[in-house]
Amino acid sequence: MSTSAIELTDINKNFGNVCANKDVSLKVESGTIHGIIGENGAGKSTLMSILYGFYLADSGAIAVQEKSTEIRSAHDAIAAGIGMVHQHFMLVDTFTVLENVVLGTETGFSLQESMQKTERELQRLEKDYHLEVDINAVINTLPVGLQQRVEILKALYRGADILILDEPTGVLTPQEADHLFRILNELREQGKTVILITHKLREIMATTDNVSVMRQGEMVAHRKTSETNREELAELMVGRKVLMQVDKAPAKPGSPMLTVKHLDYTDDFGVRRVKDVSFEVNCSEIVGIAGVSGNGQSELMDVITGIKPLQKGQIQISGQTITSTVRGNAAAMRRFGMAHVPEDRQRRGLVTSFSANENIILGYHKNPSYNNFIEMDRDFIIQSCKKQMEHFDVRPDNPHLRASLFSGGNQQKLVVAREFERDPALLVVGQPTRGVDIGAIEFIHRQIIAMRDAGKAVLLVSVELDEILSLSDRILVMFDGQIMGEILAKDADEREIGLLMAGVRKEAA
Amino acid sequence: MNERRTETLVVTLVTVTNLLIAFFISGVVIWALGEDPWFALKTLLYGAFGYDEGLGYTLYYTTNFIFTGLAFAIGFHCGLFNIGAEGQAYIGGLGVGLICLWLEDWSLWLVFPLAVLTSIILGGIWGAIPGYFKAKHGSHEVVTTIMFNFIASVIMVNILSHVLRPPKEMSPESREFAEGVWIPQMHEIFDWFGINITQTPLNGTFFFALICLVLVWRFIWYTRWGYEIRTVGTNDTAAVYAGISVSRNIILAMVVCGGLAGFVGINEIMGSSHRIMLNFQAGIGFTGIAVSLIGRNHPLGILLAALLFGILYQGGAELSFEVQAIDRHLVVLIQGLVILFAGALENLFWPQIEYFVKQLARQ
Repeated sequence: MSTSAIELTDINKNFGNVCANKDVSLKVESGTIHGIIGENGAGKSTLMSILYGFYLADSGAIAVQEKSTEIRSAHDAIAAGIGMVHQHFMLVDTFTVLENVVLGTETGFSLQESMQKTERELQRLEKDYHLEVDINAVINTLPVGLQQRVEILKALYRGADILILDEPTGVLTPQEADHLFRILNELREQGKTVILITHKLREIMATTDNVSVMRQGEMVAHRKTSETNREELAELMVGRKVLMQVDKAPAKPGSPMLTVKHLDYTDDFGVRRVKDVSFEVNCSEIVGIAGVSGNGQSELMDVITGIKPLQKGQIQISGQTITSTVRGNAAAMRRFGMAHVPEDRQRRGLVTSFSANENIILGYHKNPSYNNFIEMDRDFIIQSCKKQMEHFDVRPDNPHLRASLFSGGNQQKLVVAREFERDPALLVVGQPTRGVDIGAIEFIHRQIIAMRDAGKAVLLVSVELDEILSLSDRILVMFDGQIMGEILAKDADEREIGLLMAGVRKEAA
Repeated sequence: MNERRTETLVVTLVTVTNLLIAFFISGVVIWALGEDPWFALKTLLYGAFGYDEGLGYTLYYTTNFIFTGLAFAIGFHCGLFNIGAEGQAYIGGLGVGLICLWLEDWSLWLVFPLAVLTSIILGGIWGAIPGYFKAKHGSHEVVTTIMFNFIASVIMVNILSHVLRPPKEMSPESREFAEGVWIPQMHEIFDWFGINITQTPLNGTFFFALICLVLVWRFIWYTRWGYEIRTVGTNDTAAVYAGISVSRNIILAMVVCGGLAGFVGINEIMGSSHRIMLNFQAGIGFTGIAVSLIGRNHPLGILLAALLFGILYQGGAELSFEVQAIDRHLVVLIQGLVILFAGALENLFWPQIEYFVKQLARQ
């Protein structure tokens, strides 16, 4: 048996009453790619934060390279040869690659000297690991995939033998992700150990040697990747059988409910975010917009839902034509029968310091049924909130509880409850399951399909390709503000969509 | 114990603790000056409550602080830091005075509502202009409202010395208006019921202030307008998502702020001095900020904090009169300590008290 790069024994960590890690043990063999998989809130990130010195475990032991090690800070972790690539990059946007790598390791009086030393070292690393990046490029001019490469270089430069990657593919196209996995393979061949944290089963199956599954703070299984399969892992993650495919009848699209014509949007910084986009969404149909985040989907959604002004183009909702609005007008859009589940529930969909019953009326607070002549009808609001919470399985179903005290999945269900219960004609849904546990994902997906079957037009925007593929009847792919192509879900091919997401049109490919 | 009650308990304990510390340090200062802190405290409390005249003055000051405290609170709930209550009270008060001078032959029952309305309109305009700049151009309300305090001050000096000053009078103030539009003073009101109390500036406006407390409470937490204001104040991105106009609510909140601040004029001009005077609002607007912050921007808290500052004003005056070593500057020091601990350093003991209460709640 090979040596272990990391061995964690009986790690416990509590936050107040919440047990984030309970008797977690983990052995990562040296020179392997080890996947850690689990739902959001399963304790993966806490465990890695303990390993990287952000948190101190309440009890338990850590051994690095078979030596018992105490890790009290990120500094200790780096000294022990552990490097981390965070989900959100820790780079100074306006610095060059070289400056970012030097940052924190500069020695001596003259910066120039460390720069030169680092430059030589970086060139060596880039060659050894095939991690080509222009070291004089400024970070914010680099695409995300390359920024991530810089993070990896940074860790390697600091002498990391063990590399932890936290949800590394969240911001990447499938092609970029594949490239990342090739890099990880390269690293493994050179003797590095890689820990990959993710909730995507596909990545685990494609890249890892071993996989550990976490559920509710506990380590529930260790498997050799070659001896397991997606279904087993999913079941271990959730603790019960999961339907990997959403059941749905074929769509029977009706008349157009939403028609967007030549929509163009330029943001406050003069960047043209949406470029001449036209499409329509019919009744009884789910249209999915796929794309890597930041390619204009959010702006498109904001214009359609009245949050951002309609500068150019035309929107038709159930026969009403809107040609321009100076400022956005989300209230008017709601009056046309549009409901909107926003991408960011924390900042947009909820006022987290308000109670559930005050959140359930957000955007509908002028509704006559909620209001008496002057004051609002509090009793009625609380009652109907309670009813909606029961209907959409929001737990706990306490209308007086502050929104921030619900878990991510339940917050999202609260938003979904508010928007779906309104019986809208058109439903615009953004990232409906971001940061939501699998149980809630299933529930929300079923609700979206139920809305379609009830004859509603649904526009779904998501960066999760799996979600788009399993829910949509028609798929539009956005890249750089444009719609690259339209594909019927029944003949969708992941590779083809991936290429469109990366901006490669069919003719060119 | 549910979450809401725990929170209320924490807030109350934190405020009380901070006040006690402020008083303790004041006591140490008094002791260092060679005076007896206990005697000082007794004098202060006696001066504020001990006899009907003292109580009258205390409540008279309290009335003013309720108005400006509420004026600050409404803005605060909309995410604004309105430090312009001073100027808004000044201009609103001008409106009150002008109505009284103009309609002095009318019945009080007609003049009072008109005075309230004028105060809302003028004070409201004075709040709305900075509100407009904030909403449409992003000018920070702290800067603009304080500028508007100065502008109000200059305008008032001009109007009082050039327009409203009766010929041959030396001081820059208007003439006294007819007795018919004076708000009855408290001793007169008590007199109707055959109770005899000493005459003080305390007048019927006190009851109006209490009504305002209740109205503001209902407005903020029970109406859709209050809901919109709170949404804008807590999360303006969510407000835009919900179709709530951020700029309209900022302007609306500032109008309400200005209107409430203007009611100081009703207490001061219609209720007490019966003429428009220079600087009748001096300091009341600024104290309102402290009142609202200590009272956690809640009407009930504002009532208690306004009372506290009423006590400090009236009791403090008594204290500097009675005790040799304590002059009015020391009274200002005590007020300053209260603001420092209960306002600025409010989070000093927060974690400890919260922990304590949570432990208590668990048992």
